[in-house]
Order: sequence, then structure tokens, then C-alpha cells
Amino acid sequence: MPMIIVGEKINTSRKFIAQAVERKDARAIQGVARAQADAGAHYIDVNAGTFLGKEAEYLSWLVETVQAAVDRPLCLDSPDPRAIENALDVHKGEAMINSISLEKERYDALLPVVAGRPCKVVALCMARTSMPTSAQERIDVAAELIEGLTGAGVKPDNIFVDPLVQPVSVDVRMGPAILDAIAGVMTRFPGVQTICGLSNISFGLPLRRQINRHFLVLAMARGLSAAILDPTDSELMASLLTAEMLLGQDEYCSAFIEAYEQGLLAINR
Amino acid sequence: MTIDLNPLSEAVIKGNIQAATQETQKALDGGGDPQTILDQGLIAAMDIVGQRFAAGAMFVPQMLRSAKTMQACVALLKPAFQAGTVSSKGTVVMGTVKADLHDIGKNLVAMMLEGAGFTIIDMGVDVLPEAFVQTVSEKSPEILGMSALLSTTMPAMKATIDALKDAGLRDKVKVMIGGAPVTAKFAGEIGADRYAPDAGSAVAAAKELLQTS
Repeated sequence: MPMIIVGEKINTSRKFIAQAVERKDARAIQGVARAQADAGAHYIDVNAGTFLGKEAEYLSWLVETVQAAVDRPLCLDSPDPRAIENALDVHKGEAMINSISLEKERYDALLPVVAGRPCKVVALCMARTSMPTSAQERIDVAAELIEGLTGAGVKPDNIFVDPLVQPVSVDVRMGPAILDAIAGVMTRFPGVQTICGLSNISFGLPLRRQINRHFLVLAMARGLSAAILDPTDSELMASLLTAEMLLGQDEYCSAFIEAYEQGLLAINR
Repeated sequence: MTIDLNPLSEAVIKGNIQAATQETQKALDGGGDPQTILDQGLIAAMDIVGQRFAAGAMFVPQMLRSAKTMQACVALLKPAFQAGTVSSKGTVVMGTVKADLHDIGKNLVAMMLEGAGFTIIDMGVDVLPEAFVQTVSEKSPEILGMSALLSTTMPAMKATIDALKDAGLRDKVKVMIGGAPVTAKFAGEIGADRYAPDAGSAVAAAKELLQTS
């Protein structure tokens, strides 16, 4: 199975996006959406989390604006169940909801929403009262979330477990804990998928893009099925394609060779 | 008699626990004043660490290592202080707000403030506004620091500030806030005194608020 790519660039924590959203500059947003779709994104993430009080309104606007330009489902990225529900109302196709967790309010509010319609859901390994540290804690949270979601009628292959990526700069054991959690979820819960963002891993360190790139490859080797990333980052995408080939997911190495022939892998210029 | 505290500072900056604790012991054995060792050896070193970190010349793991080194040295100094004689730059009550479990940023800020000579009361995560108010009322800190990593939990910062007002405590304490979605603009809107984007600037902001160095 090739990796499912979620394009992360439409996030109001980025200044350019925040300004475009505030001005309701649809063309600017659509340009970023198209660039990501053209670069291979299967989903386009939309996040308006920095707009307190207006997040729900802006998220819905982003959904309509992006889907007017690209024929892709979106990843609705918000901790606020109300913002997600509003966005779902205007979304076309099967959205990915990012995310549900064991935090009670979020869980209770989102479970009926995801159970009531065909959609993908990210199950974030955040426990009820603390952040997980070990792989086992992450897998335990995942098990509970999977049980709750499937019990409510969500199909296993619509569940994407996010192991909750935390920086290695504060604790070097985070790397193995996250990677082991990915492997653990993929072997213990057949059909369930795994997903993560990359950038949290490199917080507090130099050369963040290089760290993110290597982390992606290591996570893929442990079975990661989807990633939230910048698909317009050619070096990152070159690593992704190469890893897919090495993991036996690129029949006759055709995607790799095609990308080479199009000059997409010429990262050393 | 003067004791050379430069090797101690160097060891703290490098995060070399063994060398730093040896230097601390050496300074104590040589009759060094514990307050001087603390101020000129340890806190001075952490000031440099904070500045280098803020300038992007040092990274989080190095900062953590230096902070841990300092803590080991402070543990050696403690018995040498008579009860109540350690001078503190001020007390900071800190916590992650209600319904928010993220603690990495808050812990980094607490560690650096401690390294700068502040006394830290860390209330952990998911701290209710009324719990903040109670601790401010009981401990009379100079500063209250709040962290939030989610757009959904940021309003708890405002709720806490409002609760401080209702309790008649708002003018008794400076309020600093931070966290990924938090901005200086938001700090202004909810009536916080300062926003700090990272641990290094949090130390500078705290010193500015209390007008100490």
C-alpha cells in the first residue's frame, strides 16, 4: 500500500495562511491547495486553530474554498468538535477528522459525529489525564480508542492511529517509543492504519527538515500508513518514494524511476 | 579569599555534571559563600545558556543538560544554606491551563526560570482557574505563568485572569502566558502582562516584569 499523504500547509499557525484567511483571500488558499494536490497529496489538511472564537467559521470557509479548487477530500484539523461538525456539513466526499482522543469532552462530542457518517478518523494517543511516554502507554490508549470507535460502528480501516509525536530533544526515548508504538498498532490491530505529523519530532533541534525526513523513513519501515507533511518539499518526497521502493511497495520500482525521469529526485541539483 | 568560579560556570554551560559538582564541592570546601557560588557560578552560567538558547546558538537538549547540572550543584549547596537564607529573584506559580495536558513547553520554561534564580511552584497540567487563584492567594507569587497548546483551552487563560480579578488578586501578581497558538495580541486582549514565545524569552520577560537582572 503506498503511503497516504496529507498536505499540511493550510494551517493558520503559518503567517501567510493566517493573513489569507483573515482577508478571505480564496485565490491564495487555493494556490496552496493546488500545489499540494499536484505534488501528490491525497488529503488536504485545513487548520484554523489560531483564530479563537472564529475557528469554526474560518474552518468551514477553508473547506468550501479548498474544495472549489481541488478534487480532494480534506483533513479537518481541530481539537474543537463544534468546528469539525460545522466543517463536515459543507465538506464534499469522505473527510478525515483530526482528531478524536480519550480526553472526555472531545471523545463524547466526536464519537457520535464520526459514527454517524462515512469518514476517516484520526485517533490521537492522548490519554485522559496525561501525555503518554512509553510505547505501551500509546498502544493502550490506541486499543481503547479502537474499541470505542469500532463499537460505535466505525470500520477499522477508517481509523488512523496517531502515536502522538513528541520531541526527541526533551527525551531521546521518544524516538523508539513512537516507532515501537507504530509497529505495535500495525501488528496488533489488523486493518487499522497509522498516521503522524513529522515536525514535532524535531522541536528544539537544528536541521529540523533533515530530522523530519529521517523520522518519516524510520516510521515507514515500522509500518506507518499515512503522514501529515509538506508534499511540496522535494527532498522529503524523494525520501518517501525511495523508502516506499525499498519497502517493496513500488512494483518494478516504477514510481521511483518515473520521478527520477521527471527530475523530481535530483535533490543535489 | 576569592574562589575562581569560572570552571564551575563552564561546566554548567557544557552540562558536565561530574565536573560541575566537583567544582561546587571544591568551592564549598575552600570556604566559598554558598550564595556567591549560586549567583556567580550557577545562575550566571544559566544566564549565558538562556541567552545562547534565545539566539539559536544552543538547543533544547543542551539547555536541559545544563539545567540538570545546575540542579545537581544546587542540591550540594542546599545543606550549606541556613534555612531561609537563599535569596530568590521571585516566586513564579506555573501550570498548563484547564483541560490541556501539554507540559513540555511549560516544563522547559519552569526549568529555565529556576536556573535564572526564581523559585518555581509548578502546578502541573489541567489546572483549573480556581486552583491558580487559590495558589496565588496562598503563596503570593510575583508572577503567574500559564501555558496552553490548544485553541480550545486558550480561553481558560482569560477565565483565570478574570477569576484573579474577582478575587481581588489581579494587581498583586504579574501574568505571563505562552504556548504554540498563543500570541502577544491574545495576551493583550485577555489582559495578561506578557507573552513569551520560548523558554529563553520567558526568563528575560520575567526579569523585565520584576525589574531585576
